[in-house]
Amino acid sequence: MSDRIEVLKTYKTYAGGNFPRTESGRYYKVYDGNDNILANACQCSRKDLRDAVVAARNAQKGWNGRSAYNRGQILYRIAEMLETRKAQFIEELETIGYKTKKAKAEVEASIDRLIYYAGWSDKYQQVFGTINPVSSSHFNFSMPEPMGVVNVWAPEERPLLGLVSVMAPVIVGGNTCVILASEKYPLSAISFAEVLNSSDVPGGVVNILTGFRDELLEHMTTHKDVNAFFYTDPNIVQEQRKQIDENATLNLKRVRRKPVEDWESEEAQSPYYITDFQETKTTWHPVGL
Amino acid sequence: MSEDSKQAEAVEEKPYKPTSPSTKLNFDGFWDYDDAPQSADHVEYKDQYELFIGGEFVAPEKDRYFDSLNPATEEKLTSFGEATQQDIDKAVKSARKAFDKSWSTLEPKERGKYIFRLARLIQERAREFAVLESMDGGKPIRESRDVDVPLAAAHFFYYAGWADKLDYAFPGKKAKPLGVAGQIIPWNFPLLMLAWKIAPALATGNTVVLKPAETTSLTALKFAELCQDAGLPDGVVNIVTGAGQTGSAIVNHDDIDKIAFTGSTEVGKIIKKSLAGTDKRYTLELGGKGPNIIFEDAPLDQAVEGIVNAIFFNQGHVCCAGSRLFVQEGIADTVVQKLRDRMETLIVGDPLDKNTDIGAINSEQQYNKINEYLEIGVNEGAEMYQSSCKIPETGYFCRPTLFTNVGQSNRIVQEEIFGPVLTVQTFRTAEEGIEKANNTPYGLAGGVWTDKGSKIFKTGSEIRNGVVWSNTYNKFDPTSPFGGYKESGEGREGGLQGLYPYVNLQ
Repeated sequence: MSDRIEVLKTYKTYAGGNFPRTESGRYYKVYDGNDNILANACQCSRKDLRDAVVAARNAQKGWNGRSAYNRGQILYRIAEMLETRKAQFIEELETIGYKTKKAKAEVEASIDRLIYYAGWSDKYQQVFGTINPVSSSHFNFSMPEPMGVVNVWAPEERPLLGLVSVMAPVIVGGNTCVILASEKYPLSAISFAEVLNSSDVPGGVVNILTGFRDELLEHMTTHKDVNAFFYTDPNIVQEQRKQIDENATLNLKRVRRKPVEDWESEEAQSPYYITDFQETKTTWHPVGL
Repeated sequence: MSEDSKQAEAVEEKPYKPTSPSTKLNFDGFWDYDDAPQSADHVEYKDQYELFIGGEFVAPEKDRYFDSLNPATEEKLTSFGEATQQDIDKAVKSARKAFDKSWSTLEPKERGKYIFRLARLIQERAREFAVLESMDGGKPIRESRDVDVPLAAAHFFYYAGWADKLDYAFPGKKAKPLGVAGQIIPWNFPLLMLAWKIAPALATGNTVVLKPAETTSLTALKFAELCQDAGLPDGVVNIVTGAGQTGSAIVNHDDIDKIAFTGSTEVGKIIKKSLAGTDKRYTLELGGKGPNIIFEDAPLDQAVEGIVNAIFFNQGHVCCAGSRLFVQEGIADTVVQKLRDRMETLIVGDPLDKNTDIGAINSEQQYNKINEYLEIGVNEGAEMYQSSCKIPETGYFCRPTLFTNVGQSNRIVQEEIFGPVLTVQTFRTAEEGIEKANNTPYGLAGGVWTDKGSKIFKTGSEIRNGVVWSNTYNKFDPTSPFGGYKESGEGREGGLQGLYPYVNLQ
């Protein structure tokens, strides 16, 4: 029996490609399946959110400027990195009460989901873009373009698969995002940030915060430099749903809700998750000698 | 003095009068146009219109009517019934019944044939609709005749064909209609906006309750007659007239599944807020402050025509109007001079005259708003230039107006005026032009003028607008999706993309 003292990990946040603590200095306790304390997670503040949005906005143009092929390869790279760390994520899910089989299934489904969307990176434009046969002498075409910065509430259950399922379709289309991790189980999200950080994902493309939903909801939905808000909660209270929609009117934020019950099911992935965060741009190009 | 020289003198005394336009435009009055009035003799309209509910015209429950003026004469044209809550209930009920009983159970190809009929009926009575549109709304007959009405017919024709082809529109999904659509349209393109709303809704199997704008309801009620002529099942299309309160009753009605609104960003936000927490779907086509970017290598004369079309088309009552002009610095003086010269030739006046370029401002309210903005512009320190054309003494008319020496934060640069008022700014590099173009909360449409194709694509891809017109402006087509980024709206109308807001994908 070794008497070596284990080195414990400090779970911080992920913003602009760095791992800062919350500026507020606040924390909340995260428990394992047996109510033992696992870690102190950051209880992020409005200021953390605003900083993350700045990072996301700064990264958006460059990310969208990458070729579709390159974005696809980067998503594929995330899957590769996750595959090599499978054991770590399975173990982490086990600590919060997952049985090994279920944990393994979740990690594997997460990897497959990343591959699924990696493959879409240079295809959704072909499926959803159009060439429009207008009557005048113009070459007229409509293409999907990213909305910009998307604030996301990751699903509360399924701390890894849920997070990957909402992140991948948003970023594969050239958006950047700020994700609030599952409040109860935030640790997989922060470990996943380490995967992102070693996968050639440019800093700021994905930013992950931890904290209280009720506190951050107002700030995430009223921020005027955010183009869309994405959430999934099938059982959201009506009052909160209304609050999200009302706040979105401030700058006509697009609100997308996908009340998925089972993140391993087929309904949890489709190219329509990508186009939900795309605008259509139509260009009239002159034709003539 | 010889005979020859005498003759020469006599010739010289005659004023010079060109027989064809010379290379330099001459504005000294040789080119007066004679009146060219469009006859309105064959056009029929009633003194008073009731609501169109369940396939017939019915009096509003409260029996209240409001007048509609011809903005070019300020005289009463006709009057419309004011729909209140009870009338909306009735209309929604009839739309729901039609959806359940006839429209959603009809074979898609038969549904399409009804819509084709509507397209044909509009074409057959095109001139009548054009004249009425100009009398009711003030727009020049040339525009209602050549743009509004033919495009409205084309829109029905395009979407009619989609009715039985929806399985090909959404890969991997089955499209189902939503149910009853509540649609609220503006006064700038009354019949065309009606077509944009009704055609895709019907093609996808929905039924509609539509409210035209209170100042321009005439062609919508004439369209109701076409629905009767086409034998469209009762209740598939219901048309209710009234102002904001009527619209609000539609938006807040529990049995409506979808709201489609075209109008100002201000009202769009109110609607979005009213729908908060509900399952109603919605599309919003809202305001704009379109940038029109002219690069140094642009074909200048063509660009000047484009600038004029961008801002003075339909008196500037266009949500996608090119109301902010950005000219690259090296050609700014030339472009502004050419633009002023061209503005001098614009004819402002009788909407029913075929020579008229700019008709009447749609209403007194809008006329006052534009004048307020002219004052704001001058007070902000901008230099105002207006053409010196004659304008009629009665009716609401506004001279084409240009503001130079404006700043990015000026209200006339940031806010939508919805009138024939253009601001001019300059830029040096493409990056500066794009940055300025994107610097408003709006993102509907914009123009790029250059001779270089690669520059068109690069600039176009960086402008945050739903529509980019290159070396052209204000072009519309039923196959071409239209709609805004940012605060200019949500969703698209037109094209395959225009089907999406009216279906549930399963």
